[in-house]
Amino acid sequence: MLKTIFHGQLQLGLAQAAAAALAALVVVAAARGRGIHLERELAVAMARGLVQIVAVGSILLLLLRGPGWTSVFLLAAMIVAAGATSARRAKGMPEAFQVSTWAIGCGAGSVIAVMTLLGVIDTPITVLVPVGSMLIANAMNTNGLALNRFRADVLAHVGEIETALALGADGKSSVAPYVQGSFEASLIPAIDSLRSLGIVWIPGLMAGMLLSGARPVYAAIYQFVVLAMIFAASGLTSLVSTLLIRTRVMSPAEQLILRPGQ
Amino acid sequence: MNTEKQPAEGLVLRAEKLGRSVSTKILVADATFEVRRGEMLAIVGPSGSGKSSLLRLLNRLDEPTSGTVYLDGIDYRGIAPRELRRRVGMVTQRAFLFPGTVAENLQFGPRQRGDSLSESRVEELLKGVGLADYGSRDVANLSGGEAQRVSFARTLANAPEVLLLDEPTSALDDDSKREVETIIQQIGGQQGIAGVLVTHDVAQAARLARRVLVLEAGRIVRRGMVEEVLRA
Repeated sequence: MLKTIFHGQLQLGLAQAAAAALAALVVVAAARGRGIHLERELAVAMARGLVQIVAVGSILLLLLRGPGWTSVFLLAAMIVAAGATSARRAKGMPEAFQVSTWAIGCGAGSVIAVMTLLGVIDTPITVLVPVGSMLIANAMNTNGLALNRFRADVLAHVGEIETALALGADGKSSVAPYVQGSFEASLIPAIDSLRSLGIVWIPGLMAGMLLSGARPVYAAIYQFVVLAMIFAASGLTSLVSTLLIRTRVMSPAEQLILRPGQ
Repeated sequence: MNTEKQPAEGLVLRAEKLGRSVSTKILVADATFEVRRGEMLAIVGPSGSGKSSLLRLLNRLDEPTSGTVYLDGIDYRGIAPRELRRRVGMVTQRAFLFPGTVAENLQFGPRQRGDSLSESRVEELLKGVGLADYGSRDVANLSGGEAQRVSFARTLANAPEVLLLDEPTSALDDDSKREVETIIQQIGGQQGIAGVLVTHDVAQAARLARRVLVLEAGRIVRRGMVEEVLRA
């Protein structure tokens, strides 16, 4: 329907964005009816998301004409931004930004590097940056989930952790059950995505490849490749993140630093 | 830093000008006291007076911001925290047993240093808290009083020199409370372990301890023999 009203691509895009935002507003209204106030957070997130993606699209347009090595800087900047974003999910956790950035850098960064070297990801900036950003974004979500879950579990089990410490356990083993739990929980979305691939959802990348004329079987296989890379990047990120954070919630004298009200 | 002090006869633990502040809030200030082998020292005071905060400083679960503690004459900052906590055991208001059997809970402490308890030692510890033959029971099926007694046995499995008791009976019914009090009396009398008991129950302090400290706003405001201090 919108296509019959708007003929210019930019106007059509804005109209489509408005329609999608309207759907989100319905959710906000429904949540408001149940006493849950998402208005402010969602308005900021949507405005920010739109501005960011348009800005990145414009920058990409310029960079596409630049040398290939600029993609390394772009991806590095994305990793730092992802670290800052997911660290917000770990309120009160010591050094959450450093841990998140290192974890996403190790997880997504290493998978991008290895897969590029192997030729799984093509080196042109038009491929490397969008595919790399997918891995970084998913690693960021996984990292946020892992830290958030770890924080909640530690705060809910302060008594158990301090009992273990009081019996002579070291800091790492005192929080070990919660490291394991956060790692597993953080990977649920990535595992479910792989499990339901093609049945519950056909990802955007595959749809895009089909629209641009790729052979359906290759598009399907490459989509699997991307999801497997996402799983590898997310898993490695979560592993590094939970291993790094477990030492940061303890002081050098094996005292639990992360406690309610501190 | 003076890390070693010759302890007086029978002296196990000495807190010296011990204090902890968080931001501008004073939790404990200038606490100086000592505990001897086989002695139970009670710490009483109103809610929020810093009793538990003081106890947590004694096994270094929290870091003092002033002063220190001497264990057998040695500044505890010179003792590895894990070794310190083995020697200064703690029983809290809630048992916080780990999932598994009673025997596995008793093995927890020794296993942290690559050791294990023999079956006979497990049974001996359980007998000591009135729970003979409970070793194979799942902790999920224990009553509150039984769980607290397992918690005592688990701490004693580390063979501590000092036992810190943080309101150990406040979550129990009257029968369980009496049973746990009997265990506390036996630990001091028969095993010669020094104890520090935090309680809001003045009558309990009088039943279990000889000496008492009264804490108010983080400071020791009275000290002495139980009958003298609590009567005053």
